[in-house]
Amino acid sequence: MNVVVCVKQIPDPANPGKLTSDTHTIVRDGKLILDDSDAYGVEMALQLADAAGGGEVTLVSMAPHGETSGLRTALAMGAAKAILISDDELAGSDALSTAKVLAAAIRRAEPDLVIAATESTDGYTGTTPVQVAEVLGWPSVSFVKKVAVADGVVKADRQTETGYDSVEVPLPALVSVTAGVVEPRYPSFKGIMAAKGKPVEELRIGDLGLDASQVGAAGARQQVVSVEPAEARKAGEIAVDDGDGHEKIVAFLEQLKVI
Amino acid sequence: MAVNKIWVIVDRQGEKIAPLSLELLTKARSLGGTVEGVTWGDADAIAADVGKYGATTLFNVGDLAGGLPGPPVAAALAAAISSSGAPDAILVPHNYDGRDIAARLSVKIDRPVLTNVVGLEETEGSLVTEHAIFGGAEVLKARFTGEGPAIFVVRTKSFAAEEGDGGPAAVTPWEIPDLGATGGAKITDRHVEESEGPKLDEAPVVVSGGRGLGQADKYSMIEDLAKLLKGAAGASRAIVDAGWVPYSHQVGQTGKTVKPTVYIAAGISGATQHMVGMKGSKNIVAINKDQEAPIFSIADLGIVGDVHKVLPKLIEALQGRS
Ligand SMILES: Cc1cc2nc3c(=O)[nH]c(=O)nc-3n(C[C@H](O)[C@H](O)[C@H](O)COP(=O)(O)OP(=O)(O)OC[C@H]3O[C@@H](n4cnc5c(N)ncnc54)[C@H](O)[C@@H]3O)c2cc1C
Ligand SMILES: Cc1cc2nc3c(=O)[nH]c(=O)nc-3n(C[C@H](O)[C@H](O)[C@H](O)COP(=O)(O)OP(=O)(O)OC[C@H]3O[C@@H](n4cnc5c(N)ncnc54)[C@H](O)[C@@H]3O)c2cc1C
Repeated sequence: MNVVVCVKQIPDPANPGKLTSDTHTIVRDGKLILDDSDAYGVEMALQLADAAGGGEVTLVSMAPHGETSGLRTALAMGAAKAILISDDELAGSDALSTAKVLAAAIRRAEPDLVIAATESTDGYTGTTPVQVAEVLGWPSVSFVKKVAVADGVVKADRQTETGYDSVEVPLPALVSVTAGVVEPRYPSFKGIMAAKGKPVEELRIGDLGLDASQVGAAGARQQVVSVEPAEARKAGEIAVDDGDGHEKIVAFLEQLKVI
Repeated sequence: MAVNKIWVIVDRQGEKIAPLSLELLTKARSLGGTVEGVTWGDADAIAADVGKYGATTLFNVGDLAGGLPGPPVAAALAAAISSSGAPDAILVPHNYDGRDIAARLSVKIDRPVLTNVVGLEETEGSLVTEHAIFGGAEVLKARFTGEGPAIFVVRTKSFAAEEGDGGPAAVTPWEIPDLGATGGAKITDRHVEESEGPKLDEAPVVVSGGRGLGQADKYSMIEDLAKLLKGAAGASRAIVDAGWVPYSHQVGQTGKTVKPTVYIAAGISGATQHMVGMKGSKNIVAINKDQEAPIFSIADLGIVGDVHKVLPKLIEALQGRS
């Protein structure tokens, strides 16, 4: 079974995020890393391909400046190869444009299954994966917290408001997985060395038969009006517990008439 | 452009209309123009309430035959748009099915989606959205350019739900177009996890626990305290990912948004992704042993202390009163 995992490469979330002052897009100057949320998808794909007794895991990523740092991390975990779409025309893409680009790249890999995260760490619109499925004309199951594949059918547990639904879907299909579906492996030293030699095919939008009017800032039909600091909440009383912390809480709740 | 018509996706929670859809209906009503609902399943049962909250018509996609709502509802919306025109905006609940519907519809009609919307106003003839970014530190306002309909995916508790005085909405059936392969996912079984007490996003008091609890069985302190305060028990993502509590308890960016009268955070550091889901609470109490924990920067009452000492005493004190 061949699996494609969509992996986003993002600015390190440990550094506070920033938007550019002119285009109001996230500053992506420094090195980008593999979005943690996608490490679950990579691990899931490796396990599923393994369980199916063969097949390849291919990564698909759209990122600026030919960025491959995050891809190398996922390759080091065990993915076989990667497709990277990098093109200046893609700056300012909205989620729909992103989905069109990813779907076009996924078609080239001819997978049986596509895995993405339910939402990315930086943009977290959470619509991209299902938009990809719709562009491909495929069924999808979002918010999956458990997944198995047998006889061409995906069996997935999908998170709901009150528990979960068991869902079945025939391949080819797309699933978006939540954090915690599986424990992502750490790349081994051997894996890291091997990753350096694994193929990364770098494409531009022309290679995918797309043109600049459909994607990137030109294709994005939404506009940022303003960005302002939110009203700050002030800290109130902070007290060190000397065995009487609970009394302070009780008094506070009483004052609010909660008790 | 004045707002002439808005469609609202009406989802359910159990038999009733999901509170988030009521919030969206209320908001749509306040923007003026005609409000119409779009739902699936048994529409007659909710037509009166949908009308009360402002919709004159309730379009019904009908029985989904075990399929997930995303593909059929999106396809029916797209078909209606191509046959009888688009509304100015479509308000979609930010939940599991809502995001699927918005995503599929956006591809079908080739229009982008604005997600994680927490505010919506008409300004100089266009609908301007608000988004809380960087953990709520900044507010971004955005709007669509180009042709409608504008698809907005809106987070819970962004607006208050208020009844109006409309009569029952007229139920109008919508056909489901042929879905081809996209309709292939079927629900084979539903699993409902029992929960007592008020719902997390409706409770007047929310008590949440984090990694500072140390181990899974200590979460019972959070549940006990929530029960004593007639509230709901929440959690940080750290302990949801660790498997201590189900995802439905998670508060934050990838979980629920809550705005209770009192939010008590015990052993939670206050990561931006957690705070964005609870900083709208009227009052915040934090218990954390680290004086530098970011959660204290937004707490009305902060207790620098050990949850294993403070919580048992607090529970005992409250038990003594009831
Ligand atoms: C604060 C903020 C708010 C935004 N709001 C909107 C909005 O309302 N509407 C809108 O259309 N755009 C919005 N954008 C732009 C949007 O983030 C980008 O278009 C982005 O390319 C796609 O979205 P995402 O990261 O939000 O994807 P999500 O839908 O959250 O991503 C889910 C998963 O899809 C896969 N995926 C997503 N992007 C890629 C990629 N480049 N390469 C490989 N896999 C990928 C990954 O598995 C990812 O985890 C916003 C951006 C920011 C910074
Ligand atoms: C894309 C993305 C989305 C996310 N979405 C969410 C979300 O929706 N909700 C969410 O909560 N998080 C979310 N997170 C995770 C978030 O960044 C934090 O990792 C998480 O909130 C931390 O949980 P915590 O506060 O329980 O744990 P920690 O950060 O480990 O904090 C534990 C705290 O407990 C204190 N403590 C330890 N022992 C004791 C004791 N005995 N008594 C008192 N205090 C003690 C410590 O001082 C510390 O402050 C998201 C992250 C990402 C990347």
